[in-house]
Amino acid sequence: MLKIYSPTAILGYGFPIESYKKALELNPDVIAVDAGSTDPGPYYLGKGISFVEKEATKRDLSLLLEMAKKKDIPLIIGSAGGCGTKTSVEWTLNIVKEICKKEKMHFNIALIFSDVSKERVLQALRKGKIKSLDGSHELKENDVLNSTNIVAQIGVKPFIDALEKNSQIIIAGRSYDPNPFSALPLMKGYDRGLSFHLGKILECGAIACEPGSGRDGLMGVIFEDRFEVFPLDERKKCTVLSVASHTLYEKSDPYHLYGPDGMINLEDTVFLQKDERTVIVKGSKFIPSVKKWIKIEGAEFLGYRGVCIAGIRDPIMISKIDEILKAQYKILEENFPKLLGQYKISFHIYGKNGVMGPWEKEKRTSHELGLVIEVLSKNRKITKTILGFIRSSLLHFGYEGRISTAGNLAFPFSPAESIWGEAYRFSVYHLINEELEFPMEVFKI
Amino acid sequence: MSKLINLAKIIRTKNSGPFVLTIDIILKDKEIYERLKKKNYFSREWWAKTYNIDIEDVLSIVYFDPVCAVKANIRRFVSSGDFGDTDVYGAQQHAPLLEVEIDENC
Repeated sequence: MLKIYSPTAILGYGFPIESYKKALELNPDVIAVDAGSTDPGPYYLGKGISFVEKEATKRDLSLLLEMAKKKDIPLIIGSAGGCGTKTSVEWTLNIVKEICKKEKMHFNIALIFSDVSKERVLQALRKGKIKSLDGSHELKENDVLNSTNIVAQIGVKPFIDALEKNSQIIIAGRSYDPNPFSALPLMKGYDRGLSFHLGKILECGAIACEPGSGRDGLMGVIFEDRFEVFPLDERKKCTVLSVASHTLYEKSDPYHLYGPDGMINLEDTVFLQKDERTVIVKGSKFIPSVKKWIKIEGAEFLGYRGVCIAGIRDPIMISKIDEILKAQYKILEENFPKLLGQYKISFHIYGKNGVMGPWEKEKRTSHELGLVIEVLSKNRKITKTILGFIRSSLLHFGYEGRISTAGNLAFPFSPAESIWGEAYRFSVYHLINEELEFPMEVFKI
Repeated sequence: MSKLINLAKIIRTKNSGPFVLTIDIILKDKEIYERLKKKNYFSREWWAKTYNIDIEDVLSIVYFDPVCAVKANIRRFVSSGDFGDTDVYGAQQHAPLLEVEIDENC
């Protein structure tokens, strides 16, 4: 029997101290936590920075390091610093160092890096060893060349290697989410299907509970023929529905969960209610991949984004909003012919189709509209020029039937617009069939 | 005919990677679920109509028996966070499903 403690969905999202104390009482064999996701969008990977604030990560890490020391158990962090680049692994390491220095703690630390060089990806692309994944575009050389960072989702082996080197703290780059949780059970020889499936359920903390929460913990206990999961907060419970439906969550196929080492097959999986708060899972199988396809993720710099927020309440203007906005493109062309093609504009019209865009089927428009004007260009100055110009042009635009001649927009702020800074897009989200090296550093602090 | 919202326990959308939106419907009643599944009520055509999209953009549909769920994966109109995106997490794209009616006795 092996107990794995998952304190929270993302390192830095926090967890109640009561749940933490409960976990401490239960004597876990390992603490594992996922720190990353592509969910917050491409910006963080593009910049190589965390989407969680340092102080929040430090709070969680202080408690987890204390537990690791007290119980003499490993603490494993996957996708450190959110995007899992070398910079974000080092960011996490620096927080660990600060805590260790203050608390006078010493650990053997392993860092696992998962950055992949552009040259490596280009070589693989030229050899036809790249394929697209889950709806991504066909990869072009330019997508690779324009990427600021590319990371690979590492498999479980580097984690096991680090544990075998007696690392107490493992800080890994971009990792397949279940792996920090699956590493110790796999090293100890537990069933692979159960180990990986347990990892999949634990990686989001208490999201697999009722009521679900991303900032609370879950305990997983693995046996030879099954695993059990239950929440640490005694007011929450794991139910067959909450655990099984979590298998659906954010995944395209709940029966076949693909990862870097192979596939978790859930066709024969059974979910059973053990008691009010505990679910038993049996029958999950692991099918190792014959050909090793590793997922790589990259982000590309698009330019500088500027945003202006305004409200519109005039019903005459609202009834003509599409043509009014369309007219702005023409006015811009007339005023800045030399900048043509150097900027992009997106009007987000809240109250019309702001959330669903082209998928919107509701034809009624609200009695007031929230307008977000977004401008993007490679050059901060052009973004500012175009955005400022649209703002003033739209404010005073004389549309047909207008009787309110003082101004068309209600600005909540002064200044009305702001340059937000760099914008990125996911340029690489593909599979690579190359033997990749994931360098590891092991040292004591 | 019943509104889907009355037949379902959970209706949600979320990204499954930056390029795909994954949609989950978890039904309350096992019998209704089995009937709809048998008929493949939630066909690719049904999803395309519900979301106003081309049938090619409905990438896959999976029925998941342990919780009476049907899942559809559809191609995002732009990838998460790219220029022109409206919902980086894809978490607010379920609204059309709250309006649709289902012939549960099909």
